[in-house]
Amino acid sequence: MISDLFTPMVIIGILASGIRLATPYLYATIGETFGQLSGVLNLGVDGIMLMGAFSGFYVTYMTDNYWLGLLAAILTGALMGLMMAFISVTLKSEQGISGIGLYLFGLGLSDLLFQVSLGTVKTVSGFPPIDIPILSDIPVIGPIFFQQNLLVYGAYLMVPIATFILNKTTWGLKIKSVGQNPAAADALGVSVTAVRYATVTLGGIFSGVAGASLSIALLNVFQQNLTSGMGFIAVALVYFGGWRPIGMLWGSLLFSSVNALQLWVQTLGLPIPSDFATMMPYVLTILALIFAVRKVSVPAALTKIFERGEG
Amino acid sequence: MKKVTIFVSLLLVAAFLLAACGGGATETTEAPEAPPTEVAAEPFKVAVVMPSSISDLAFSQSMYDALVAIQNEMGAENFEFVYTDGMFVVDDAAAAIRDYASQGYNLVIAHGSQYGSSLVEIAPDFPETSFAHGTTVDTFTDQGITNVFAYEARSEEGGYVNGVMAALLSASNIIGVVGPIETGDAKLYVDGFKAGVLATKPDAQVNVNWTGSFSDVALASEAAQTHVNAGADALTGTAQMVVGAVGVAKEKGVAWFATQSNQESLAPEIVVASQVYKWDVVLKQIIDLINQGTLGGQSFVIDLENKGEVIEYNAGYALPEDVKAAAEAAIQGIIDGTITPLP
Repeated sequence: MISDLFTPMVIIGILASGIRLATPYLYATIGETFGQLSGVLNLGVDGIMLMGAFSGFYVTYMTDNYWLGLLAAILTGALMGLMMAFISVTLKSEQGISGIGLYLFGLGLSDLLFQVSLGTVKTVSGFPPIDIPILSDIPVIGPIFFQQNLLVYGAYLMVPIATFILNKTTWGLKIKSVGQNPAAADALGVSVTAVRYATVTLGGIFSGVAGASLSIALLNVFQQNLTSGMGFIAVALVYFGGWRPIGMLWGSLLFSSVNALQLWVQTLGLPIPSDFATMMPYVLTILALIFAVRKVSVPAALTKIFERGEG
Repeated sequence: MKKVTIFVSLLLVAAFLLAACGGGATETTEAPEAPPTEVAAEPFKVAVVMPSSISDLAFSQSMYDALVAIQNEMGAENFEFVYTDGMFVVDDAAAAIRDYASQGYNLVIAHGSQYGSSLVEIAPDFPETSFAHGTTVDTFTDQGITNVFAYEARSEEGGYVNGVMAALLSASNIIGVVGPIETGDAKLYVDGFKAGVLATKPDAQVNVNWTGSFSDVALASEAAQTHVNAGADALTGTAQMVVGAVGVAKEKGVAWFATQSNQESLAPEIVVASQVYKWDVVLKQIIDLINQGTLGGQSFVIDLENKGEVIEYNAGYALPEDVKAAAEAAIQGIIDGTITPLP
C-alpha cells in the first residue's frame, strides 16, 4: 500500500500541489522576514492577507481586470503595513499585542466588506496558468514547474531578489544593522524609524499579494476567513527559515509538500486515520522548528522598542 | 507618553470592535411597512446564532434561507427574526445566545451542535424561552432541561442519491470526496454517498479526503486537484470550504454534487444536483409546539420523505434521462424504506 505513494503520478502530483500551496506562504514569509530583520515582529500578517485577498478579489470582480486587482491588494497591504509601522514604531506599542489587534481588524473588516459588497460567494477569472514555451513541454518536470500562473512564478522569483537585496545592497545591510543593534545603527546615522517603516510597509505589501495569490490566482473565490490562519503559519516559518529568504523557500515547500502528501495518503486510502494525516504538516514543522532554530540567531533587537539614547 | 498609550488603547478597542462586528454581523431583518391589521397580535420572534456566514452556500445559509422562507409565508408582521453569524468561537456564541434569551425572543436557535454545552448552562436560566439546536438528537431532558428542541438532517439520504448519479456519470469509475472533519453531518453525508456509489457500481472506487478544517479553502482546492490527478471524474464535498473544490471541478470540467445549499451559482456548467436542506419543515413544527405551550424536549429530523431535504437538479446541466430516473428511483426507494442509505 505504502508503495502506491512512489509512483510517478503521485510524486508529480505532490510536487505540483506543494508548489502551488507554498505560494501564499512564500510571499508572506519573505515580507515578514524584512520586518523581523529590522526588529519588528508583525503578527498581523493573516489580517493583512485577508484584506489583500478581499480587495484584490473585489476589484477583479468589478473591473474584470486581475492586474487592477493585484494593484488593489498591493495598496491595501501597504496601507495596513503603514498602520502597523505607525503603531509599533512611532507609537512604540507592544508588537505582539498590536499585531493581534491588526489581525482581528483585518479578519473583521474583510468579512464586513465582503458581506456588504458581495453578500455571497462569487467567482472571478483570475491570473490564468501560463505555459513557459519549450520548458513546459519537458516531460514530467514541465507540467510541475512551468504551467503555473504568474503569481506562482513571482513568488519563487522573490527568493533570489530578496536574498540579493538583503545581502548585497546597502539598504539590506542597514535593515540588518537596525535589527541587531539599533543604537549603533542610529549612531552611524541610519534612521531606525525610516528603515523600520520601510520594511514593515514592504511586509504589508507582500502579505497583501499573498492574499491576492489565493483570491485571484489559485482559488478565484473570496470567503469569510479565506486564509484560515495561514498568516500565523507564515510567522512560524520565518523562524523556521532562519530569517533567510532561501530558508523561507525550504520551509514553505516542506510544509506545503507534506500537506500535499497527506492529501495523497488519504486519496489512496492508506490505513492512516485522517486526523493523523491532517496533523502531519504541523507536527513536522514543529519538529523542524525545534531542531532548526537552535542553529540560527534571532535578530537581537526583535520586538524591542528603540528609544534614542537608551541603547 | 500617556496620550500615546491612550491613543493606542483606543485604536485597539476600535480594532476589536470592528472585528467583533465583522466576525459576527448582527442584523435585524427589516419588516416592510405592514398594513395595519385588525388583530394586532404579537409577532413570533426568533433569534439565531450561526457558526459561519449566512452566505456560505452551506450549513449556515441553509438556516438563513429557511427563516426567510417562513417569513415570506407567515408575513413579516407575524414573524420576525434576527441573527448573529460568523460565531466560530463557542464562547462568543454563548454570550450571543444569552443576550438573545434575555431579550424575550420566543425561540433562540443555536445552529451548531458545538453550542450544545452552552445551552445546558443557559436554558435553565430562561424557563420561558424556547431553545433549539442542531444537528443533534440531544434535547438534554436527561439533565432535567425541558425547553430545548433538537434537530438533525438525514444527510446520508441525499448523499446516497448523489452517489447513485455520480456512479452512473463517471466513466473512470473513480469518484472523489472532499470533507471537513470525519464526524456528524459530514460523515453521514459521505457514508451515504459512498453507499449510493457502491450500490450502483460495486467495482467503483470512492476516494475520501478529510481536510481537517471547515474553513481551509486552499486545502479543499488541492484535495480536489489530488482527486482529479488520481483519475476521479466526479466529485462531491460538504461544508463551507468546498467552494475551493468546486473551483477545481469547474476548471477541470468534472461533475460536482452539492449538499446543504444549492451551489449552482458557483459553477453552473458542472454542478449536477444539490441536496438542499429545508429547515423550515422542522421550524414550523417547533413554532406550532411553542404556540401550544411546549417549549422543548423533542427532536426532529429533515429527510427526503418530509421534504426537509430536496434534491435540486441543475436545469443548466444536461443530465441524461436514465440517470435522473435512477436518482428518482433512489429517492422513492429511500422514502418507501426499500433502500437503506447507511449500510
